[in-house]
Amino acid sequence: MGLKTAFYDTHVLQGAKIVDFGGWEMPLHYGSQIEEHHAVRRDAGMFDVSHMAVIELKGARVREFLRHLLANDVGRLKIPGKALYSCMLLPSGGVIDDLIVYFLSDNWFRMVVNAGTRDKDLAWIRRHAAGFAVEVVERRDLAMLAIQGPNARQKLLPLLAPAHRAAALELAPFCGAAFDSWFIARTGYTGEDGFEIMLPAADAAKTWVDLCAQEIRPAGLGARDTLRLEAGMNLYGNDMDENHHPLESGLTWTVAFEPSDRDFIGRQALQALRDAGGPELVGLLLEERGVLRSHQTVMVAGIAAGADAVAGTGEVTSGTFSPTLNRSIALARVPKTHASGVQVEIRGKWHAASIVKPPFARHGKVLIPV
Amino acid sequence: MSNIPGDLRYTKSHEWVRSLHGEAPDGTVEVGISEHAQSALGDLVFVEVPDAGRVLKAGEACAVVESVKAASDVYSPVSGKVTAGNAALATQPELLNQDPYGTGWLFRVQTSSPIEDASLLSAADYAKYLADAAH
Repeated sequence: MGLKTAFYDTHVLQGAKIVDFGGWEMPLHYGSQIEEHHAVRRDAGMFDVSHMAVIELKGARVREFLRHLLANDVGRLKIPGKALYSCMLLPSGGVIDDLIVYFLSDNWFRMVVNAGTRDKDLAWIRRHAAGFAVEVVERRDLAMLAIQGPNARQKLLPLLAPAHRAAALELAPFCGAAFDSWFIARTGYTGEDGFEIMLPAADAAKTWVDLCAQEIRPAGLGARDTLRLEAGMNLYGNDMDENHHPLESGLTWTVAFEPSDRDFIGRQALQALRDAGGPELVGLLLEERGVLRSHQTVMVAGIAAGADAVAGTGEVTSGTFSPTLNRSIALARVPKTHASGVQVEIRGKWHAASIVKPPFARHGKVLIPV
Repeated sequence: MSNIPGDLRYTKSHEWVRSLHGEAPDGTVEVGISEHAQSALGDLVFVEVPDAGRVLKAGEACAVVESVKAASDVYSPVSGKVTAGNAALATQPELLNQDPYGTGWLFRVQTSSPIEDASLLSAADYAKYLADAAH
């Protein structure tokens, strides 16, 4: 038996197809993954994301600790409640995990990490926190919900105390705040507006039912994956891992090389890799019928002269059918190229795909030429 | 409980076979996937069916059904020559989810031997097979 979130019984009552995900029994869909996807792009949907781990970091030197631990710079966080997306790296530059960290006060930060990497993340964080006298506590008492879509924020308001509604609606993107026992942040993993909410696990089931009454559609991990891929967002374990660093994973923007005197784990390796001209993560749009899937081989022509990339082949890291584009899309790690397209091997046959710049779709709109 | 029409025969890999008495030359059968199979696959987004004229052996992988999540092979339940693939599925793969025993059929085969001779399951046996597999 896998682990269950505080919403598990509710999922089963609503007819969810349950699958194992990182050791957790999670809803894949509640009938139609594609309809759930469209509900989020067009209206409002909600996801149980309680399998992810919430970690509190407390201590007088917590900011100094995180500036060493993370590739992005929490020194940028000045306003309490502000969030930052970052990778946590090995000295080799390989990615241990990607995460969101919230600045709550000068001696208190909160981190949200992936479910499948929870144990190794905690071990790594604790190992390095000791030297900074930072206390590391996992919040297993919290459940977590993502409410996403153009109408999601409005639909949540009736569940909040009238005094809190204006403040919740005024939260800026990538900012969070406490409202009684809830922590609400304007973040997400779908490319739509919305909130992610941390709440006491004891409130979870009732809250889910109340949100259903607001016509927020339950959506499973299937729709979560197609939405995040359309939005051009990476999935840990697919698009980056301990053997692949941020610079070859489309995550250069998350590595703060400046200021140059900040000594974060992985900096030395990444600085060397930055000049080496390795492969890059690109978006692909399949020109023919079929579906791109992770691990399919990608053949690339027109590789830049002098690149030391291997013989013109790469690999799809995440691929799917995009319900918004009605076409197949993918992220792929390929040698740097000037070519506008590639060939992808699907069940023994080569199919043409064009190279595009993610995101593919966000805020209800297609963002690439189709 | 899954919908399992009594007038069809089934395979353990979840294909169904229908005799087309009077609608097509003798020995022509229609093949699709079961209600259980489409439900397990989830929303289908791409279907590849065999071309007319292709000669199939029973048990041969000859069609592909892809859902958002994964691609699955479909195996021909019978030996014979393909007379038609369902062209509508190219633009409407969702027919397989909506009507797996009707408009969502995959292909037709002119068989050399009656399907009663093949090692196909009756509806009752297929229902029992699904029930056993669920435990």
